[in-house]
Amino acid sequence: MQSEAVATLLTDAPPSKPAEPSQAKLPTKPVSATDGMLDSDFARDAAIVAAAARRRRFMRLLPWLVITGMLLLWEIGARVFDIPEFVLPAPTVVAQSIAKWWSPIVSNALQTLKTTLIGFAMANVLGLALGVLVGSSTMVYHGLYPLLIAFNSIPKVALVPILVIWCGIGTMPAVLTSFLISFFPITVNVAAGIATVEPELRDVLRALGARPLKIVRKVGLPRSMPYYFASLKIAITSSFLGSILAETIAGQSGIGHLMIVASSRFDVPLVFAGVVVTAAMSVTMYTIATIIETRTISWATRSQGDQATGV
Amino acid sequence: MTTRPFVEIDRVWMRYNGSGGTLALRNTSLTVDKQEFVAVVGPSGCGKSTLMRLVTGLWPASAGSVIVAGKEVDRPLSIAGMAFQNPTLLPWRTVLDNVMLPFEVVDTLAARLRKDRALYEQQCRELLELVGLKGFEHKNPWQLSGGMQQRASLCRALVHQPQLLMLDEPFGALDVFTREDLWSVLQNLWLARRPTVILVTHDLREAAFLADRILVMTARPGRIMIERKVDLPRPRTPQMTYSSYFQDLVQDLREHIDRARQGEELAHAE
Repeated sequence: MQSEAVATLLTDAPPSKPAEPSQAKLPTKPVSATDGMLDSDFARDAAIVAAAARRRRFMRLLPWLVITGMLLLWEIGARVFDIPEFVLPAPTVVAQSIAKWWSPIVSNALQTLKTTLIGFAMANVLGLALGVLVGSSTMVYHGLYPLLIAFNSIPKVALVPILVIWCGIGTMPAVLTSFLISFFPITVNVAAGIATVEPELRDVLRALGARPLKIVRKVGLPRSMPYYFASLKIAITSSFLGSILAETIAGQSGIGHLMIVASSRFDVPLVFAGVVVTAAMSVTMYTIATIIETRTISWATRSQGDQATGV
Repeated sequence: MTTRPFVEIDRVWMRYNGSGGTLALRNTSLTVDKQEFVAVVGPSGCGKSTLMRLVTGLWPASAGSVIVAGKEVDRPLSIAGMAFQNPTLLPWRTVLDNVMLPFEVVDTLAARLRKDRALYEQQCRELLELVGLKGFEHKNPWQLSGGMQQRASLCRALVHQPQLLMLDEPFGALDVFTREDLWSVLQNLWLARRPTVILVTHDLREAAFLADRILVMTARPGRIMIERKVDLPRPRTPQMTYSSYFQDLVQDLREHIDRARQGEELAHAE
């Protein structure tokens, strides 16, 4: 029964009405330069473009809106619930504290910035060198990698007292902590970039008589640059973490030291001021890293719109 | 005047990962004459690509001898150009700089790079024009379509005038129209430069269109089962692919490959 019904359906449908050739319905008037698009179509297009522009503007503003909103909530919360200053000072109180202690904050911030940047620079040198070695030689990789991972998993807090015993209290432990905490991500990323060179590309170069060093120089290093810059963004923030950590435990200056002194005096607004200044420095350095990244490796951050022309 | 083959592979065995590993080539012998265009076809996984890496010295053979230009191959050749299915252009270089790569890498050429850069660049531009990439010299590879990238890749493989050109399914990832365009491009390049070419492919029409001689390999472990000469005049045209000679040749190859895939060649060969 059922199959019979299907069969009638199948046979019924097509022959009853032969499809008209669609070409017969085509308009005979000449095609204009606008390919038959109407003014209303263009108007709609313009509206879409304008909406996209509005959206982009909003996206650029969004982080500032979120930050402002958070500060507002914080301020209102602190006032409405009457939270004591030594528990959670309101943003305005923190701002007053920054203004009041401006000079010591700036000098300590500069100290922290200096130690961080020295540590970070050292991390770059060693991170790059080690990354190239680990990435280009399986021998070095197998020999060194377990050690590197083990080293990276050591809590750096535990190292600070040892560094103080070795170098004495002062700038040096902070520089070294900043360095130790930030070289690992650089090493791992650079190594990954070099080790993942396509085997075919390696073959092309080897068949031209290229020695391993040349392959690293011509292909491995440039190829690992996006990985390297990505790691810099992680490394610079952990670099700050390292130096402030050391300053907090055993420092005589720097933002970390300032915060410890402030908290021992129950000057919580000043502690928060230190937090704000640290965050500002960290975000600034991160932004600089991002700008350098987009300037130098535009080929890796290309947008979809740039792609494919012609056959 | 005795003419010795340019490439001589004599009873070569290739086994991966030591004695327990996969046997990729079994007692394979073949020769390629100087300036000859040879295509190697066979079922997938038959060791075609292995053969290619043996000839260029990228991998050592487990047994047997590989002789290129009269010399035993015991290290990577420095005279070979290679192109693969993946164009492997360097995204941080322009098309022109990608094609310049061999001049920077081959030791004898790199030594004169500073002095002869203008000359080298001129050669790159000429080659790019020959494959229809004039005007794209300063584009980035990712701004090019797959077919155009593959053209640039062929230029990079040929620009330093290598005596040996190894092509591993260079058009495998392209659509059929682009692919047939590039057959003609490759033929023109070969006619202009006349390197010795070994083309590994699984496209029988491609092999028949391009090669002087076609070698059919058996299923793994691979060896050469039969060879066919292609008696078509050069330059070959797309029209020739519709001739009965061409069709019969492809049909014949097809039957051999099918038999190879079924493993019947064992009884046939021994």
